[in-house]
Amino acid sequence: MNKTRSLGIFIIAITLITLLIDLPRIPIKISKGPVIIDTVIGGYSINILNGKFQRDLNIRKGLDLAGGVHVVLQADMQNIAEEDKATAIESAKEVIERRVNLYGVSEPTVQTAKVGDSYRIIVELPGVYNTQDAIDLIGTTAKLNFRELINDKDLQDATLADFADTGLTGADLKKSSVSFDQQTGKPEVALEFTQAGAEKFGKITERNLQKPLAIFLDNYILTAPTVQAVITDGRAVISGDFTLEEAKSYVIQLNAGALPVSVKVIEQRNIGATLGADSVKRSILAGGIGLFLVAVFMIGIYGRLGILATVALFIYSLITLAIYKLIPVVLTLPGLAGFILSIGMAVDSNILIFERIKEERRRGNPLGLSLELGFGRAWDSIRDANISTLITCFILFNPFNWSFLVTSGPVRGFALTLFLGVVISLFTGIIVTRNLIRIFYKG
Amino acid sequence: MAAINFMKYKLVYLAISSFVIIPGIISLLLWGLRPSIDFTGGSLWEIKFNEPVKIEDLSTTLQEQNLEYLPIQVSGENQFLARLKPITEKEKNKTEQVLIDKFGNLEELRFETVGPTLGKELLVKTLTGVLFAAIVILSYVGWRFKDKMYGVSAVIAMFHDSLVLLGIFSLLGHFLNVEVDTLFVTAVLTVLSFSVHDTIVVYDRIRESGAQNKGWRGMEDLANKAVTETMTRSLNNSLTIIFMLTALVVLGGTTVRWFSVALLIGTISGTYSSPFVAVPLLVQASKLKNRKRS
Repeated sequence: MNKTRSLGIFIIAITLITLLIDLPRIPIKISKGPVIIDTVIGGYSINILNGKFQRDLNIRKGLDLAGGVHVVLQADMQNIAEEDKATAIESAKEVIERRVNLYGVSEPTVQTAKVGDSYRIIVELPGVYNTQDAIDLIGTTAKLNFRELINDKDLQDATLADFADTGLTGADLKKSSVSFDQQTGKPEVALEFTQAGAEKFGKITERNLQKPLAIFLDNYILTAPTVQAVITDGRAVISGDFTLEEAKSYVIQLNAGALPVSVKVIEQRNIGATLGADSVKRSILAGGIGLFLVAVFMIGIYGRLGILATVALFIYSLITLAIYKLIPVVLTLPGLAGFILSIGMAVDSNILIFERIKEERRRGNPLGLSLELGFGRAWDSIRDANISTLITCFILFNPFNWSFLVTSGPVRGFALTLFLGVVISLFTGIIVTRNLIRIFYKG
Repeated sequence: MAAINFMKYKLVYLAISSFVIIPGIISLLLWGLRPSIDFTGGSLWEIKFNEPVKIEDLSTTLQEQNLEYLPIQVSGENQFLARLKPITEKEKNKTEQVLIDKFGNLEELRFETVGPTLGKELLVKTLTGVLFAAIVILSYVGWRFKDKMYGVSAVIAMFHDSLVLLGIFSLLGHFLNVEVDTLFVTAVLTVLSFSVHDTIVVYDRIRESGAQNKGWRGMEDLANKAVTETMTRSLNNSLTIIFMLTALVVLGGTTVRWFSVALLIGTISGTYSSPFVAVPLLVQASKLKNRKRS
C-alpha cells in the first residue's frame, strides 16, 4: 500500500498546486510590528538561467467573450505573378500587423490563410469597438505616391492637375517611423526606402531641390515637405512643426500606403463588450448549477462512492482551469460550453467503474477484490468509448490546418476544451478516484 | 441479475424511432434546414435600444433603408436581432444613424457579415468533416471488433441520431426560425461521437459475454444480457450530461443556446439508439447470417 500512499500525496499536491494557480491574484499586505508581509498569491514568476518566465495567470478570453472585431480580408491577386503571391500576402500581413500595432490594440492576431486559390488575412482585434476606424485602418488599400509640382505655382494655389507622378510609390517605402530631431528634440517623420526606392528618391530630390515634394494618399495630399538636400541613401526625414500626435498619424498613414496588394472585407464580426460579459456570467452560473446537480445525483445513487467521485470531479475542475491558464487556452463561448459539457462527461468513467464494482459484488466477490476487478474490467470500455470523442475533437480542431476542413475559431475552442476534458477526466476518473477509494473506502 | 428480454420489443423501438424521424424527414423534404449567414452569406445585427421600440416600427424603418431580409427577432429587453443581406460597415453605420435619429440611442451588441463565397466554402468543408469523422469512427469500430456487422450497425445508429437531430432542427427552423450555423455542424459531429461512445460500451459487453459463455447461445441472449448490464450505466451517464446541458440551455447565453439544444437532443438520441437501434440491428444481422449458413 506504499504506492497508494505516495499516489495519495501526489494527488493532494496536484490539488494544492492547481488551486494556487486557479486563485485570482490576491495581494497580501500585512504589517504588524515586526511582521511585514507584502506578497501576491496566485500568478508566478520563475527564474531559469536568468531568463525570467512570468505569467499573470488570467484566463485568456476569446473575441466573443472580450468583445472586439474579427475581420477576414481577401487579397486581390489578379496582377501578381504566381511565384510572388506568397510573398505578397506575407508582406500585406506585415503591413496590416504594423498598422494594427500602431493603432495600439492589445494582443491582436493577424494570420494568413490560403483556401483553394484565394489568399486571406484574418485579423482579430480584441477590445476594439470603434469598428469603422479599425476597418478603415486595415482594409483600405491606400495608394501612396510621391508627386512633384510641374507648373510653376505656389503650393497653396496648386490643384491636383499641377502635380505629376514621380513613379515613387508606397511599394518603394520600406517603413516610416517617428524620430526626434537631435538638436531641438522635436518629433519628425522618418522614411526608409527600399533599394529601388532609394535610387528613385535620389533622382527626385536632385530634380526638386528646394521645391516641395508632395506625398499623396489616394489622391489626398498628406504632406508636402520641401526638399532640403539630395538624398541617395534612401533615408529621409520630414521635419516641421509637428506635435507627437501629428507625427504618429503621418507615420500610420505612410505605412498604410505601403500595402502591396489590395484587400477587401469578406467576413466581419463585431462583438460588443456587454454581450460577452453577460455570456460569461450566465455560463458560469449554468456550470455551477449543473455541477451541483451532478454531485447530488452521484451521491444519491452511489452513496459514499459518489462522494469520492464528487471530490474527484472537483479536482477535475481545478486541474482543467489550471491547464487553461497555463497553456493558455483562449476561452470562447463554445469553449465554455465544451468545458461545461465535459464536466457531465467526466463522471462517465466513474459510473462505468462503480457499476462494474456493484456487479462484482453481486457475483459474491469480497469488497476489496470487487473494487480492483471493477477498475480493471471497465478500462477497455472506457478507452474505446473515449477514442471516438477524441477522433471527433481532432477533426474539429484540425491541428494541421487542412484546407478541406473547417478552421473556425469558435469550433476550435470547443474541440480543444472537449479534448482537454476527456483527457483530464481519464486521469481524475481513473487514477484519482481509484486512489481515493483505496485510501478512504474501507467497506 | 436476470437479463431482461429487451430484444423482444424490436417493433416498439422501430415505432418510437419512426415517430421521431418520419416527421423530421418530411420537414426536411418540405422545408429543409434554415441556414444561417455562415452558409448563405449576409449580415446579422444585434442591437439594444435605451428606450422601448416597437418591432413593427423597426422593421418598417429597416425596409425603408432597403435592408430587411428575414423577420426581426426580439432577443432581450429592447434588444433585437436583424438578419440582412450582406452590408458593409459603412452602410451599417448609415443605418445606425437613421435608427438613432428615430428611436434614440442604441448599443451594438454584435454585427456579423459573411461574404457569399465564404458560405459556400464552409458548406463543403463541414460536409467533408462529417464524412471524414464517420469514416474514421467506422474504421475504428470495425477494426476493434474484427467484424463488419458491428461497424455497420454502429454507423446506422449514428445515422439514426443525425437524422433525429437534423429532422428536429428542420422543424425548429420552420416553426421557430432556428438557424443552422457552424456551431450546429460542430454539434452534429460531437453527437456522432457520443452515439458511438455508448454503442461501443454495449458492444464490448456482447463480445465479452460471448467469450465468457463459450459457444454460441444465440446473439439475442447475449444482446439482452449486455443491454441489461449496461442500461444503468448508460442512463446514469447520460443523465449527468443532460443536467449540464439543460443548465446551459436554460441559463447559458443566447449565442450558444441552440448549440446546447442540439447537443442535448443528440445526447438523448445517442443514449436511446445504442441499446434500441444498434444492438437490435446487430442481432438481426447475425440472425440473417445464421439463416444463410444453415
